[in-house]
Amino acid sequence: MIEIQGLRKRFGELVVLDGVDFEVREGETIALLGPSGTGKSVLLKHIIGLLHPDEGRVLVDGLDVAMLPRDELATLRRTIGYVFQNGALFDSMNVFENIRLGLTDPKQYNDKDYCQERVAQCLALVNLSPDTQKKLPAELSGGMRKRVGIARAIAGAPKYLLYDEPTSGLDPVNADIIDGLVKRLDNELGVTSVMVTHDVRGAFRVADRIALLMKGCIVLQGTKEEFLASEKPEVKAFLERDFDDTSFAA
Amino acid sequence: MTLLVLKPPQFLGRLVMGAFAHVGRFSLLVLELGRGMAEWRIWLPRTMTEAYNIGVGSLFIVLLISGFAGGVTALQAGYQWQSSLPMYVLGTLIVSSIVLELGPVLTALILAGRIGARYAAELGTMRVTEQIDALESLGRSPASHLLIPRVLAGLLMIPVLTVFANVMAVVAGWFLVKQVLPITDADFVYGMQYYWRDFDGWYSIIKAFFFAGAITLIPCYVGFNTKQGAEGVGRATTTAVVNASVLILLLDVLLAKILLNN
Repeated sequence: MIEIQGLRKRFGELVVLDGVDFEVREGETIALLGPSGTGKSVLLKHIIGLLHPDEGRVLVDGLDVAMLPRDELATLRRTIGYVFQNGALFDSMNVFENIRLGLTDPKQYNDKDYCQERVAQCLALVNLSPDTQKKLPAELSGGMRKRVGIARAIAGAPKYLLYDEPTSGLDPVNADIIDGLVKRLDNELGVTSVMVTHDVRGAFRVADRIALLMKGCIVLQGTKEEFLASEKPEVKAFLERDFDDTSFAA
Repeated sequence: MTLLVLKPPQFLGRLVMGAFAHVGRFSLLVLELGRGMAEWRIWLPRTMTEAYNIGVGSLFIVLLISGFAGGVTALQAGYQWQSSLPMYVLGTLIVSSIVLELGPVLTALILAGRIGARYAAELGTMRVTEQIDALESLGRSPASHLLIPRVLAGLLMIPVLTVFANVMAVVAGWFLVKQVLPITDADFVYGMQYYWRDFDGWYSIIKAFFFAGAITLIPCYVGFNTKQGAEGVGRATTTAVVNASVLILLLDVLLAKILLNN
């Protein structure tokens, strides 16, 4: 379980998160919605300890991420898969080596046969052919990079998956493919997921619950139905801006 | 600049705080390097690759520039030569100036541009494209994957390149001085050996080792702390090369004072 309590973060004079309270239950997929630049990615980076809060706490499985010693933080991070917005693939390594780095258990990482098998398995899970392994990130399309990023995140069989804008910059067809992939992986792997996005359609397709982050605070956190039924002006404005017809969400 | 004119105390305060912040971050980076040394399975193979890149990749330019430097030293010695001096002194002059100063300093300045710029740009790009964050998110240490291999490879190969540079410069100087002055090989070798102290060779290598620290650590630190996209990477690269070069010159003075004048 992930709990965020009263999280505040500022960069210089800019207050990005201003008392965020947020909760992710075991096994669920939650979409964190919000306009660009509202601190969604900043919030996600707090969960994995890449950023430290100015105030408040981030608890993962009851552990305060910001207070963990270096080794324990590394151990915790191995239970979390993080899918970066632009893949963040290591451009000097081929796809195989990139995914292999996701194997966080040293024994598995050093076992070449296991690595071959696991990388092929992960590529299959994200619908990429085995011959992708030898390619460099520069030789991949945007959608393929995102999928390799997901494959790397799931390689170590994490308990949690954090997706940072997995469909941003993709055409609608590829965005749908990634959304479907996220949904399928969450079902097949049984992980707890947080998906940061500003794509309302994708969020409704993938998530069990939705949270809306605006002006540094969570405006609403609830089921899709609660989200659609909300009378809060921020929620209505956000929904209306992205789509008029919400019938597909039912 | 406005702050400097309008509020000098604030400007000075920010400058001092900024300097302390750099010292703190740099110390943490060095601490991380120490911690990462335990993960030798990770850094050892990468160090070999980096060492090969530095050594083989830089050899041609190092030999070329040191050859020219040795040649010019010889030609200038020929221009300034006084016939009242014994000819063998030329051997001493050329070898001493190359081994004690020109070889290590020129090699270091070339490599600050070649390797320092590459390290800062590589790590800076990795920072702004979240590759370093990705490494951390996987519970892996950026120090053992990225920093230790670069620093160790530099510490290992830059002294070796300096020795090659010294040899090349002496050979070039020897060859060219014979073209402008009537010096024999025997005279040159005699002069070379007459004032030679083994410590001179060690001094050259010790200097190269310290310069290697500046060439690798400064760009790694600057690259690792890059911000603000492509512009930031450009700024980091320039900063790394300039700072590493200045530090090389400072170390040059400091080491001459400590090792030669005590």
